[in-house]
Amino acid sequence: MTHAADRQMRSENRLVIAHIYTGTTAFVLGALFGLLQVFSRADAIQTPPWFDYYRILTTHGVLMALVFTTFFITGLSTFVTYRSIPREKRGVALGWLGWWVMLIGTLMAAFEILAGNATVLYTFYAPLKASPWFYIGAALLIVGTWIVAVDIFRNVLWWRREHRGERIPLPAFCSATTFLMWWIATLGVATEVLGFLVPWAFGWTPGINVMISRLLFWYFGHPLVYFWIMGAYIAWYNIVPTYYKGKLFSDSLTRLTFIMLLLLSTPVGIHHEFLEPGIADRWKMLHTVLTYGVAIPSFLTAFAIFASFELAAIKQGKKGFWATALSLPWDNPAFAATGYAMLLFILGGFGGLVNASYNMDLLVHNTIWIVGHFHVTVGGPAALTFLGTAYWMIPKLTGRQLWSKSWALWQARLWFVGMLVMSMAMHLVGLMGEPRRTASVDYLGSNIAHTWLPYNLVAAAGGTILFISAMMFAVVAIGTLVVNRKTESMEAEFSEPSQVSGPTPSYLDRIFRWGVVALVLAVLAYAGPIAELIHNPGFLAPGMRTW
Amino acid sequence: MHIHRYERIWITIGVAMLLVFLGAIGFASVADNINPPSGMQAIDPTKVAETPPFDKPGLRQIGDHRYEAYYVAQVFQFTPNDLKVPVGSTVSFYVTSPDVVHGFFVPDTDINMMVVPGWVNTTTHTFTKRGTYLLICHEYCGIGHQNMFGKIEVY
Ligand code: HEM
Ligand SMILES: [Cu+2]
Ligand SMILES: [Cu+2]
Repeated sequence: MTHAADRQMRSENRLVIAHIYTGTTAFVLGALFGLLQVFSRADAIQTPPWFDYYRILTTHGVLMALVFTTFFITGLSTFVTYRSIPREKRGVALGWLGWWVMLIGTLMAAFEILAGNATVLYTFYAPLKASPWFYIGAALLIVGTWIVAVDIFRNVLWWRREHRGERIPLPAFCSATTFLMWWIATLGVATEVLGFLVPWAFGWTPGINVMISRLLFWYFGHPLVYFWIMGAYIAWYNIVPTYYKGKLFSDSLTRLTFIMLLLLSTPVGIHHEFLEPGIADRWKMLHTVLTYGVAIPSFLTAFAIFASFELAAIKQGKKGFWATALSLPWDNPAFAATGYAMLLFILGGFGGLVNASYNMDLLVHNTIWIVGHFHVTVGGPAALTFLGTAYWMIPKLTGRQLWSKSWALWQARLWFVGMLVMSMAMHLVGLMGEPRRTASVDYLGSNIAHTWLPYNLVAAAGGTILFISAMMFAVVAIGTLVVNRKTESMEAEFSEPSQVSGPTPSYLDRIFRWGVVALVLAVLAYAGPIAELIHNPGFLAPGMRTW
Repeated sequence: MHIHRYERIWITIGVAMLLVFLGAIGFASVADNINPPSGMQAIDPTKVAETPPFDKPGLRQIGDHRYEAYYVAQVFQFTPNDLKVPVGSTVSFYVTSPDVVHGFFVPDTDINMMVVPGWVNTTTHTFTKRGTYLLICHEYCGIGHQNMFGKIEVY
């Protein structure tokens, strides 16, 4: 590598390091709050009045669901875009601007939460009325991601100009579709925050239309989940096969999968609002059907992953399920973490089909089952993929070997076990009726609450294992920065497609056109319920601070 | 684009499974009338205490084994807090909130709905077993959220 190219790479790496380590900080702090929650719910500790349970829960939700995941995906997407579209001279100023705006927004929101001015949980449902600066902070975090998105699009467009007739490199393609999806989805929450919550929190408007604000929130809230999943899929398709010297099953099917996710992630949000007034049953039904549609790209993904495993095993002369499974590099922490993530996702996908069904939701809505479910989707598959991908990425960013490989390996194993234990307990006791989002589930010693306690103790044990694992991740992430050992190379390679599916048709590469289609679909899925709410708006709620 | 034969089979099975699930949901919705609560009546949240029937929350008998229960969910209590109905009764619940969003959830039944200020939400349930049921607010509503619960006694 020439001197100039090396300098360019290092300056790009610094930007990615900033994203990844900001995400890591949020993750490690978030885990501490998670630990307090499992103990409080098991009645093992009492949270102090100066830092009550709901402030803890708000911090955990925001740090984990909004900050950790988002910074990780912006970092990962920037990294794979830059490395798959190498340029001699690439400005990183826009990328840095995005990071700064995200960081400032996060700090503003965090300050208001810690000060107790925004104990509204990470969903900030109106008319719980937080400080306006909390909402502005949240909006800035999102605006920052838009800047990162523009940086990714800009690089993809540059590639298109320079390489007419060629396909966009797959890692950049996946990143760009992910951020197109994100852009469409965040329009909803940006409208909610800037159009409704901020003016109302400042007292400029007398009240807020609660159902419209919830509809806008969930227009964003479900695709948020798919943002995490697409972030994980970026790694599953483009990076993971390199761990076992395998190939990507199919280039065109990968692109098709991402386009389907772009199209179907947004028009499904009402499946979070089945039990709410003001939305007619037919819209709830429509979103159920579409939700089932968004399972299809995940079926495609499951197939592509197993097919890729199998192709690699056959090349080594191994055949059959167990031989294939055992041929995988389970002693490589990057692979082990991602492999466990995939196993957890099988559970998560199954539970998701239950939640999404229009009438089964009656059993589980707002019970701790739901919390069990999203810990085996975002907390398991997405988070563990991000941690595993960090084990792959950090050496390429710093030029240092992981410190240490065996800690990293045990970190992944413990996370898998802890997540299974905690989420299984949550699923079971959720079916028995235990609610989520509550400091204590004692209910003055009521009989039914008594039967829940053993499960909460098991969940606390699982949570403790998870917490230890998160601290081990912190040790590896910081240790690698501090303990100086060289690796061979900072070069990143991405998986090559196998030949099964032939050349990729060019229509799959027209991502911006697909983006327009996605926006139209989202508008169509929401036009009906929004129109009805405008026609029959209910009343404004003045809102208040109830904490 | 060439799609592998096994992949075609896999996707066909997957889609067929989704269609079966959807069929089951649709069947439960149409044939058994299992539908989510979707109350469509609006109410001014600042005037709940003056708006009948929520000015006098409680139970009303409307027929043989048929009741209507009007609830106000307010930080951090339900009114009425303690409902008593004879076994075998079918009760239609109507719930609204004058302040923030609350939940209305009775474990071991299919009573589960969100209570949104500005709206009246509603669901109906037939109590076929005697006992004391716990009524829980299962949406975070503020600092005393964990203390917001009541009971339904079926005698
Ligand atoms: C140390 C590991 C973790 C532990 C012990 C833990 C524990 C918990 C518990 C007990 C709750 C439910 C509290 C309640 O409803 O009252 C919860 C909520 C939540 N957790 Fe975790 N968690 C962990 C990691 C994660 C990760 C990695 C993510 C996502 C990346 C995550 C995302 C969430 C979210 C979004 C909520 C919902 C917050 C809300 O209801 O407002 N958690 N967690
Ligand atoms: Cu969803
Ligand atoms: Cu409550």
